[in-house]
Amino acid sequence: MGWAALPTLPMRMSDLIHRQILPLGHRPKLMQLQQVGKVFEGSVTALHDMSLAVHEGDFISLLGPSGCGKSTALRLVAGLSTPTAGRIQWEGGKGAGDLGVVFQEPTLMPWATVAENVFLPFRLRGKSLAAVKGEIDEALSLVGLSGFAGSYPRELSGGMKMRVSIARALVTNPRLILMDEPFAALDEITRHKLNTDLLALRERIGCTVIFVTHSVFESVFLSDRIIVMAARPGRVIEEVTVTAPYPRDEVFRTSPDYAAHCQVASLALRRAMGEAA
Amino acid sequence: MTATDLSKAPAANPLTPDREEARRLRAARIDRVAKWVLPALVFVIMIVGWDRLVVWNEIPHYILPSPGKVIETLVKDWAMLFDALLVTLQITLMALAVAVVGGVGLAVLFNQSRFAEMSFYPYAVILQVTPVVSIAPLIFIYVDNRMAGLLLSAWIVAFFPILANTTLGLNSTDHNLRDLFRIYGASRWQRLRYLQLPSALPYFLGGLRIAGGLSLIGAIVAEYVAGTGGIGSGLAFRILEASYRLNAPRMFAALLLIAVTGVVIFAGLSFLSYMLLRKWHESALKRET
Repeated sequence: MGWAALPTLPMRMSDLIHRQILPLGHRPKLMQLQQVGKVFEGSVTALHDMSLAVHEGDFISLLGPSGCGKSTALRLVAGLSTPTAGRIQWEGGKGAGDLGVVFQEPTLMPWATVAENVFLPFRLRGKSLAAVKGEIDEALSLVGLSGFAGSYPRELSGGMKMRVSIARALVTNPRLILMDEPFAALDEITRHKLNTDLLALRERIGCTVIFVTHSVFESVFLSDRIIVMAARPGRVIEEVTVTAPYPRDEVFRTSPDYAAHCQVASLALRRAMGEAA
Repeated sequence: MTATDLSKAPAANPLTPDREEARRLRAARIDRVAKWVLPALVFVIMIVGWDRLVVWNEIPHYILPSPGKVIETLVKDWAMLFDALLVTLQITLMALAVAVVGGVGLAVLFNQSRFAEMSFYPYAVILQVTPVVSIAPLIFIYVDNRMAGLLLSAWIVAFFPILANTTLGLNSTDHNLRDLFRIYGASRWQRLRYLQLPSALPYFLGGLRIAGGLSLIGAIVAEYVAGTGGIGSGLAFRILEASYRLNAPRMFAALLLIAVTGVVIFAGLSFLSYMLLRKWHESALKRET
C-alpha cells in the first residue's frame, strides 16, 4: 500500500511538477510572515509578533502546547483569517492554486467519490474532469490509492481517507502545503506509516510543507526546521534545525541521531512551557 | 529482543459454529420471518374480527358495512371512484411539485440573503401554524379557479417541512469543508452548488416525505371546504356526497383509496430517498453486526 514502494513513474507520464529540493540555506524564499499578530475580539492575543521566512523545499513544523497559536498561524497563512498586526508576503504574489491544505479531519465530501474529491480544487477553478484526469490519477497513485478512484469515503479506513485528503492538497501542485495536525486522530501504527510515506512523497515531488503538531517525535522525524512556540500569548520561542539527511525511514526512527534531536526539541519545548507558566 | 511467530498456533475448527453462535443465528431467522408474518397476522385478525362483529350483531350496512361489502362497492363504483382518485391525485402531486419548488426556492433565497430571511420567514411560520381549514374558505372567495384554489390550499400545508428542512440542511455544512472552499476561492454559486445543496439533500428528502403526506391531506381538506360538486370532483367530495345519502360502503371504499394513496406516496418517496442516498448517507447504509 505504501507509495514508497511504488516504481518511479516515467517522466513523460507525469503531470505534476517535480521540484528539486536544495540544501538548507540555499533555498529561494517562498513567503514571509513579518511580525504577524492576531488579537481576537480586541482582548485575547492568539499570536504575538511572529516572524518566519519560508523557503522552497522547507519542511517546517510548528510545535507547541495547545493555545500557542500554531493553528492560528496556519489559518493566517491560509488566508482564512486576517492578521491584526504585521503582514504576510508571498514572493511573486499569491495565485489561486498556490495552497494545498490538510486538516485534522480528512474533510472529504461524503457524497462524492475519491476521484471527485481530489478533483475539487480544479472543479472550483472551472476545469473539466477530462482535462485534469492525468493529474488526479497521478496524485492518487502518489498516495497509493490508484485502485480506489471510484470508492466513496465511507468505504475507506481513517488512514486511507487522510491519504485522499493529502492527494487533494497536492493535486494542484501548490507552492505550499499546510497541514494542521493531520495524523493526530490516527493510531500510532498508521501515523508512523503515513509519516514515512509523506517524506517519500516529498522526496518525489519536492513540496514545501508547514506542519502543525504537538508531538516532538513527529516533528523531528518529519521536518528540517522546527519552530517551537509558547502559549499565552502565542509566540515563537526558538527554532530547532534537524540536520539529519533525507531520506529518513524506520531506521532513522530508531537511531541515536533521532533520539538526540528529540532531546534537543523536548528541551526547547520545556523551555517554552516554562516561560508560559 | 526476540519475537516469536504465533501464526502457527493450533486453531479451533472454524466451520462448526458454537452454541452461542447457533442461538444468535436462530434468533436472527425468527426476526426475519416475524417482520412479515406478524403484521399480516394482525391484519387478517382485524378483518375477520370486523366481519364477525357485523354479522353476529346484524349491523345494517348503512351503519357499518362488512369488509366484503366495502370491496364489493369498490368494484361496483370503480369507474366513479377511480375518476375521483385521479382528481385528488392530480391535485396532490401538483401541490407537492409546487411545494418542492417553493420550499427549496425559499430555502435557498433565505440562505443567500439574511435580509430576505429576516423579512419573510415569520410569514412562512404564520402560514404554517394557521390551520388550512380556516384559510381555505377565504382562498375560495378570492380565487375563482377551483383547481387553483385547491392547489394553493394544499401547497400551504405541504411547503413548510421542505422549507424548514432544506434551510437546516443548507446551514449544516461541514465547517472544514467551508474553509476548504474558501481557500480554493469558490464563488457563492459554487459553494451552493457543490457544497450546500449536496449537504442539504438528506434533510430535503426527510422534508419531502413529510410533505408528500401533507399535500394529500391538504388536497382532501381543501376539497371538503370547496365542497361544490360538478366536474372534476375528488375523493373527499365523493365521501361527503356518500354521507348525505347514508352510503357508508362507498365512504369506506373512498377512504380505503385515500389511505392506500397515502401509503403509496410515502413508499415511493422513501424509495426515491433510498436510491439517492444509498451510496453515501448513514441513513441508507446497512451495518454489519
